[in-house]
Amino acid sequence: MSAPSSTRANVWRFRAPSVLPGFALTFGCTLAYLGLIVILPLALLVLRASGLGFFGLYDIAAEPRVAAALRTSFLVSFGAAAIDVVFGLIVAWVLSRYDFPGRRLLDAIVDLPFALPTAVAGISLAALYAPNGWLGAPLADAGIKVAFTRAGILVALIFVGLPFVVRTVQPLIAELEAELEEASATLGASRFQTVRRVLLPLLAPALLTGFALAFARGVAEYGSVIFIAGNLAYVSEIAPLLIVVKLEQYDYAGATGIATIMLAMSFAVLLVINLIQAWSRKRFGYV
Amino acid sequence: MSEAAVAPLPKRPVARKATDETRLTRALLIAVSLAFLGLFLVLPLAVVFAEGLKRGVGAYLEALADSDALASIRLTLIVAAIVVPANAAFGLAAAWAVAKFSFPGKSVLITLIDLPFSVSPVVAGLIYVLVFGSHGLFGSWLSAHHMQIIFSTPGIVLATIFVTCPFVAREVIPLMQEQGTVEEEAALTLGASGLAAFVTVTLPNIKWGLLYGVLLANARAMGEFGAVSVVSGHIRGLTNTVPLQVEILYNEYNIVAAFALASLLAGLALVTLGVKTFLEWRHAEAIAAGRRR
Repeated sequence: MSAPSSTRANVWRFRAPSVLPGFALTFGCTLAYLGLIVILPLALLVLRASGLGFFGLYDIAAEPRVAAALRTSFLVSFGAAAIDVVFGLIVAWVLSRYDFPGRRLLDAIVDLPFALPTAVAGISLAALYAPNGWLGAPLADAGIKVAFTRAGILVALIFVGLPFVVRTVQPLIAELEAELEEASATLGASRFQTVRRVLLPLLAPALLTGFALAFARGVAEYGSVIFIAGNLAYVSEIAPLLIVVKLEQYDYAGATGIATIMLAMSFAVLLVINLIQAWSRKRFGYV
Repeated sequence: MSEAAVAPLPKRPVARKATDETRLTRALLIAVSLAFLGLFLVLPLAVVFAEGLKRGVGAYLEALADSDALASIRLTLIVAAIVVPANAAFGLAAAWAVAKFSFPGKSVLITLIDLPFSVSPVVAGLIYVLVFGSHGLFGSWLSAHHMQIIFSTPGIVLATIFVTCPFVAREVIPLMQEQGTVEEEAALTLGASGLAAFVTVTLPNIKWGLLYGVLLANARAMGEFGAVSVVSGHIRGLTNTVPLQVEILYNEYNIVAAFALASLLAGLALVTLGVKTFLEWRHAEAIAAGRRR
């Protein structure tokens, strides 16, 4: 950066010189707002948790009911994210490659879980899969119980996680270069081989990112799960619900402990997503 | 290579190229997508309206005219009326600082702005209980001054601000970054004040992205459940937002009323999706930066 010849050029400044006004005001407001709304309350949570100490946190996590809830949350979120990756890839592929009547409508519908309030999704899924519901009744005849079991949680988490996978993979499918597929076909690969050996590896980083986003959202999800889950302790209780239960019992230490474990998990997932993207940028030259 | 050596390829999908799937595979994949989306997304949406109208339009309207339901609608509108403008102002300020200037630690700041998206809504509620609750940091001070934040409207507003504060910022920041500072600098050289440059040059450039962010923030603000449920205290007619009222009605087995009220939120979601799709279709370029990230 070329600086004017005055002596001020050597003075270190926090921001690069600019003729535009308003930096101090907007930067100050941004920091103050973030500090009060986001950082201060989160810092207090971390402070309270550090007061518990590592062994205090461990004791909370090892309490059988908490351990069961954490296990349920992580296991079911993992399963739901995996299912979302498979069907999300198909949906993203169909939406970006094929033209058929109603494609635009289908594309818009994918965002429904982002727009529909979680409580609404929760009660409608619960009604849908209840033993007398539209899907619950035929499933009950077949001997499958979804509502008030872990399968119910799975259904709800598939619902909330799907758009994360589709919206992460879709732009990448649109940007795939036709030359690669053509080259593969010229070299004698069948269509299936091209998809499996050429396209899927290119989409892998986006699929992994989508998986991580859906997983993180699943672990954090509350509203759409609690109605269909039935919330039986040790069976279909999720970790966020247990925070609410602990709060209702005025067990602030317990609530803080579970919240901290979940917060640590979210940061770990954020880190993993950044690593995937850094790796992908290095390997493929794009995110 | 001579032109004649390469036969002109027909535009797809006239005949199957080596880089297309067979017609059967296509049909199968489309069918799987339709079935999956129908089963997991469309059906739950349809249930909301079907259950709400199960006992007819009369019962539906009666449920909406209930005084507790009306109070919850009023509270939700009040909360959104505070939260959405506050977060829009925050998003614009943050975008101006981040996009128009360069300073160290910018990526850290952007990460901090996005942070609420990766925090569980329940945890978002909990942290405000830790700060303002009766056993919290300011709890005794607040009660000594007869002020209440948790279990009343200010707590609901704070928790909703937390969960929705990234929406506008994350749409507007990439957009402003892409547009650079040249136009504003030109405006300043021509004698415009900083504010005038912002209003007449920057705002028109980002208006669709801003609207997009506001739309998403509003949908989330009106529909937030987890965070609000922790700080609200569920006092009927006072601190119940629409989603919380839906929960109470549902748990009381007042199914028709619960789904009638829920259908309002589902309608809001549909309108949001409709406007969103329209913006993405008509103003794709104007909002693209936010989605290219």
